[in-house]
Amino acid sequence: MTAIGIALDDRDRASLDGAHGPAMQFAMRLVLAAAEILGARSLVSVTFAHIDACFYSGEAHVDFAQYLLAHGARLAIPAWTNNGVVSLADPDIRPEASDPQTVMGARKLMQLYERLGCKPVWTCAPYQLPGGPRYGDHIVAGESNAVSFYNSVIGARTNKYGDYLDVACALIGKAPYAGLHLDEERRGDILIRTDAIPDDWKNDNIFYHLLGHYAGQFSGRRIPVISGLPPQKTMDSLKALSAAAATSGGVAMWHAQGITPEAKTLDHAFQGGAPGAILELTSALLAKARQDLTSAADGPLDMVALGTPHFSLTEFERLMPFIDGRRLKPGLAFYISTSRHVRHEAATRGWLGDLEKFGATVIADTCTYYSPAVRRCRGHIMTNSAKWAYYAPGMLGVEVSFGSLAECVESAVRGEVWRDPRLWTNGLP
Amino acid sequence: MDERPAVIAARILHGGVARGNVLTLTEPLSFWGAFDPRSGEIIDIHHPQKGTCISGTILLMRETRGSGTAPGGMAEALRLGTAPAGVILIEPDINLAIGAMVAETLYGRSCPVLSVGEDDYAKLAQEAALEITAGGLITPLPRAVPRA
Repeated sequence: MTAIGIALDDRDRASLDGAHGPAMQFAMRLVLAAAEILGARSLVSVTFAHIDACFYSGEAHVDFAQYLLAHGARLAIPAWTNNGVVSLADPDIRPEASDPQTVMGARKLMQLYERLGCKPVWTCAPYQLPGGPRYGDHIVAGESNAVSFYNSVIGARTNKYGDYLDVACALIGKAPYAGLHLDEERRGDILIRTDAIPDDWKNDNIFYHLLGHYAGQFSGRRIPVISGLPPQKTMDSLKALSAAAATSGGVAMWHAQGITPEAKTLDHAFQGGAPGAILELTSALLAKARQDLTSAADGPLDMVALGTPHFSLTEFERLMPFIDGRRLKPGLAFYISTSRHVRHEAATRGWLGDLEKFGATVIADTCTYYSPAVRRCRGHIMTNSAKWAYYAPGMLGVEVSFGSLAECVESAVRGEVWRDPRLWTNGLP
Repeated sequence: MDERPAVIAARILHGGVARGNVLTLTEPLSFWGAFDPRSGEIIDIHHPQKGTCISGTILLMRETRGSGTAPGGMAEALRLGTAPAGVILIEPDINLAIGAMVAETLYGRSCPVLSVGEDDYAKLAQEAALEITAGGLITPLPRAVPRA
């Protein structure tokens, strides 16, 4: 036991006493400080970490990683890396001259985490790669969409771990046994019904971005339970929902009745209790969500941004028929962010060549919304991502139109925002 | 009547000593994206106190706005000397405490992060300046202190 009443095993105790070196001692102190603030009585063993501290936000991040490497840090568990501020795979998209301190700092930081032994996947959607955590695993993640997806869709258990603490937990192999690691903290709080929404809509990916945006706004940090969703052929819409709800409301977990693993029934999701509130999603609320995510009037476009969170292989598969035999309007930019793993898979299917003919650029390791990673990232930009649409106006100072994948492609070909009458006249204002 | 100001015992999230003038935030602040560690200023266009410099203050805010990168904002501000002298919250926050712990190890510079109850918070927000001891005791100072 520590002075604050947290149970430790011999290895933890040795780390705390400095027997495994200063870096491990420091990591143990960080984990215990967090445990104390959370009121945890013990630590829980974790089997996987998704590291966010590799995202450069200043020299302190570099100094932290260097300190660890210089003082004997060793990872206890597999640790995969989140997006970088720059791309190591595509250095040209953000040349050093654009902002030398940030670009060089970000590159150096990414290299330091590779040296520490992290698996360099550089993706905000690590759950799209093989070999990740499974149902019931206790893990550590910090990227908000990944936290939401792992908890909700996979049924792995993580709190939203901030930078430095994520690394400390990965070094020690343990996390404070508190919050979403505990059964009772995973209970649904409120119910969102979707029965009033037409089935056509529920089969289009755009619905899940809008639903997520609404669910996040309404839930805040509570756990929403969503009923009435159809079976899912891919994980893509559940990814959209995870990202949008985490962005607009900080939702770290949600359930979908009959779809997510801890919500076989409503009773299961609410663990035998009753919802604290019941909401009925309407077409008008979806239309409002689209307006929230659109800062620009329809009109000429400068760029289209897809892949927030990183585009999956099944999203590429869905995109390919839309671009077949077409060409985007000259002068427009079209970016798709993905992981190097998924880009490689897309390349082996011959899709990258077709995308290049269409005029699209597929970038890996990073994203377009938080940094001017790409040239021409200004003016009026269209995206199919609620998360991108939420952050980009503030981060990049651009105007955003939010739309479906089909709308994004058609708008790119026309050079101006096109609205799909099938979506917006079918019961939606 | 005893005229000495009442001492308030806070919960220590990260311990340290500090003194400074009180700055009370009317809305939660994220230490990443909403605050610029290079200038020490609030830069979030949605924050009612945009443009205010928080450096060297005893910063009172009911809670933080969550961002996983917030520990980096705190550590970077301590590195650059633009951090608050101390932070007093109602809702305990891990991110600021972890950021302060990391900066203490890396740079030998720290910032106590404390939490108090609603009533104590309301009292502290009325003060011009505060002193924080290593044991988490908060004492009002009789007048504003000159900036270091």
